[in-house]
Amino acid sequence: MIYFMETIVKAEHLIFRYPADTEENQNQVPNEPILKDISLEIKKGSFTAVLGHNGSGKSTFAKHINAILLPESGKMFVEGLDTSDEANLFDIRQKAGMVFQNPDNQIVATIVEEDVAFAPENLGVPPEEIRQRVDSALKDVNMYEYRNHAPTQLSGGQKQRVAIAGVIAMRPDCIILDEPTAMLDPQGRQEVMQTIQKLNQEQGITIILITHYMEEAALADRIVVIDDGNIVLDDAPKKVFSQVDKMKELGLDVPQVTELAWELRKAGYPVSAEIITEDECLNALEALL
Amino acid sequence: MAILKTEGLTYTYSAGTPFEKTAVDHVDLCIEENRMIGVIGHTGSGKSTLMQHFNGLLQPTSGTVLLENQDIWADKSKLREVRFKVGLVFQYPEYQLFEETVAKDIAFGCKNMGLSDDEIKTRVFETAQMLGMDRELLNRSPFALSGGQKRRAAIAGVMAMRPKVLILDEPCAGLDPKGRNLMLNQIRDYQKKTQSTVLLVSHSMEDVAEFTEQLLVMSRAKLFCFEETYKVFRRADELKQLGLRVPQIASVMTELRKKGYDLPEDLYTVEKAKEAVLTLLRKGAASC
Repeated sequence: MIYFMETIVKAEHLIFRYPADTEENQNQVPNEPILKDISLEIKKGSFTAVLGHNGSGKSTFAKHINAILLPESGKMFVEGLDTSDEANLFDIRQKAGMVFQNPDNQIVATIVEEDVAFAPENLGVPPEEIRQRVDSALKDVNMYEYRNHAPTQLSGGQKQRVAIAGVIAMRPDCIILDEPTAMLDPQGRQEVMQTIQKLNQEQGITIILITHYMEEAALADRIVVIDDGNIVLDDAPKKVFSQVDKMKELGLDVPQVTELAWELRKAGYPVSAEIITEDECLNALEALL
Repeated sequence: MAILKTEGLTYTYSAGTPFEKTAVDHVDLCIEENRMIGVIGHTGSGKSTLMQHFNGLLQPTSGTVLLENQDIWADKSKLREVRFKVGLVFQYPEYQLFEETVAKDIAFGCKNMGLSDDEIKTRVFETAQMLGMDRELLNRSPFALSGGQKRRAAIAGVMAMRPKVLILDEPCAGLDPKGRNLMLNQIRDYQKKTQSTVLLVSHSMEDVAEFTEQLLVMSRAKLFCFEETYKVFRRADELKQLGLRVPQIASVMTELRKKGYDLPEDLYTVEKAKEAVLTLLRKGAASC
């Protein structure tokens, strides 16, 4: 089979359940898989946000992409490589890097630049090249001046950026971020989101962002909503957020301005369904009043 | 009656070393009973350091902390009692769970207070109920719960002591939107029922807008202001300078008002904004 490079990640009818008596199993209904039938194609260079309530399966899905988990049935391909083939593991993990929620759980070294060098070292990259990659990765995330600092002295946002640098040093084509800002304050969140956008826009790195934050999902090209192990919505942010009823039903949120527009529409006034920014709301209200 | 007061409260970390940092700088506060108060401030503003003074976890470098008009540091042997009256729930409290069953974990604080077994049992049931926890969960191991349930079990452990002041540091961190809404509503119900004072440290302007009566704003170790929530949100430009913002909807409404539209002040929830805009639209239609 030939897979065109255009599609970077492809999930085909993924089904998965956690083994009994594991911590993740707590959210699972007994005997029901947490991923019920997920099929999804992600294009190279795109920025996709995956939303879903806690327990929906979005993190479980994310962990299938770089083969942390293997499907019970169905397949996952990264640049045409089947994740269930052990021979592909190294390549897959180099092409698809992952950043997790808790910055403290991802940093292993006592000096920032040593932590960023960790992955390239494991990949057997020659030393001079490691130096180059580490410097360039730290500059990409705006942490170069902290290269000799101890990670414990950094703020949450800074630590997450170091974790991202660690992934970039592998020169991945795709970065999966599993709720990377959940433990950060607004400033930290902003720093991480700006970094992610920059990597996507300037370097064409494919981004798959698992998140709860609607403002973050609004920055993506595409939003995929997973509910109870199935994909229930898959469209551009404007189209997804405009379905206010559905979003609330799914236990999710929409930006306040989107909700206001929806309320006014319910009351019979002609307001666009696709308002997601403050400016758009302001213009729409002025037109009405 | 003021339940908590601070006078010239100052705290300096690592005083006298090269790493010296004043985290709380001469803060004067007067916190009343039966209030729902939001605590906001940029990272490093001193919010958490300030909160840790209220239950005596930190001792002021200078200044005083008064609980029910008594200096909490006057008699160190009484500090333990302060901790029963002022409960502090840290972020990600589920990491504190340790007992064999959820019921035992929730009971832990009450046991330390020396309450009778019957009283403890009643409190455990009542508190679990207030947080929407099924009775069935009480007999399970805390580690066999989902993330949200663990969070509730941990908070319940502090609530069960019926503190006069309950401080929650970002109780919604890591929860999904539905979970956040549920948690905040339950906290509000708890406050109304117990008539205690609840301090909610939060980074979400939308959350504090909807759920608090007063806002305590910290900035760079100093108290920027402590007043009614609606009054604080009127100072949008100042808040911006402090690295904070106002709820999205408040921004839009303020802009409209600036442009001359006849909208009342203090529209910082979707509900309030909706009502105001609809009123204006109907007025406009009526005058046609």
